[in-house]
Amino acid sequence: MTKLMEWIFVAGALGAIWLALLTNKIENIFVKDYYQLLLFSPIIFIVLFGIYALIIVLYRVFTFNNCNEAADELQKEIQEAKVDLQRQGFYFKEH
Amino acid sequence: MASVDKYSILLPTYNEIDNLPIIIWLIIKNMNASGFSYEIIIIDDGSPDGTLEAAQQLQKIYGEDKIVLKPREKKLGLGSAYIHGIKHATGNFIIIMDADLSHHPKFIKEFIETQKSHNYDIVTGTRYKGTGGVHGWDFKRKLISRGANLLTQILLRPGVSDLTGSFRLYKKDILEDLIKSCVSKGYVFQMEMIVRARQKNYTIGEVPITFVDRVYGESKLGGSEIVQFATALLYLFATT
Ligand SMILES: Nc1nc2c(ncn2[C@@H]2O[C@H](COP(=O)(O)OP(=O)(O)OP(=O)(O)O)[C@@H](O)[C@H]2O)c(=O)[nH]1
Ligand SMILES: [Mg+2]
Repeated sequence: MTKLMEWIFVAGALGAIWLALLTNKIENIFVKDYYQLLLFSPIIFIVLFGIYALIIVLYRVFTFNNCNEAADELQKEIQEAKVDLQRQGFYFKEH
Repeated sequence: MASVDKYSILLPTYNEIDNLPIIIWLIIKNMNASGFSYEIIIIDDGSPDGTLEAAQQLQKIYGEDKIVLKPREKKLGLGSAYIHGIKHATGNFIIIMDADLSHHPKFIKEFIETQKSHNYDIVTGTRYKGTGGVHGWDFKRKLISRGANLLTQILLRPGVSDLTGSFRLYKKDILEDLIKSCVSKGYVFQMEMIVRARQKNYTIGEVPITFVDRVYGESKLGGSEIVQFATALLYLFATT
């Protein structure tokens, strides 16, 4: 099953339950009291999920390692390499 | 070391004259220290800046058993450069990495050890986990990268944290099989490779890597990256 099929399948199943509750196919005391909430629940869910995703992304952006030591170490190694290569007869082309 | 394994390191280059000597020096230094058997295959695509001449000099210094040159006449793209390199590889493992110093050869040892510890089919470097990270990226680039990564994780659930990275170790036969089943070109090719690998139930290990943005030379990938990425994501979403 492709990922697209999985998503259609799950969305379809959830949608069917939602519709069944709304149209009172499944008798339920909760539905009568919270009809509005149920009606808008898909939108509420999507908005909450969006906020959750946004928070995760921002958190990960701010905690993304900057690797300053790795960059400094690389600079040192570049100098070391140049000296050693020249010693072994490597000619660095000027440009 | 009683290991009979040999590692063929593929280095595709296009206009990397400043980076090539340094990356070769670093690979030789780190691989000799680790004691594993290896060769470096340089696939230069007719770089006008003289990368091939630099490669020939390096071959004289380090020997033809360590440095293998498999140049091509003109720029034919990264994916086909890998295929070209694999054809000439004598190792049973292939390591692919960029020649622009973004990928540090010190991690190769960890890749190999991780592979051996679980007999993984693939080991991939990850910038998004543990001690991994990036240097030289501004807020916007980090935001796009993290956003695209989360979207991919939600839609594809690939079980791998870094899909677009190109610092990886593969068992040779598995890399050959994967390349055959991939249709993408350009850098999204890396993403398709790892997603298809999951689909085929190959085992994948991860090693956190630090990614330092290129110091010398120009980036070869243009502004159409986001479009390419979105297309590839939708394609993989519908087909895997
Ligand atoms: N042989 C060959 N090598 C290539 C080609 N295009 C890119 N490369 C090499 O592939 C590696 C990755 O390319 P990069 O230009 O660094 O791509 P990137 O890492 O996504 O982008 P930047 O680091 O921002 O430039 C480098 O070693 C390049 O020299 C090509 O058409 N043929
Ligand atoms: Mg690069």
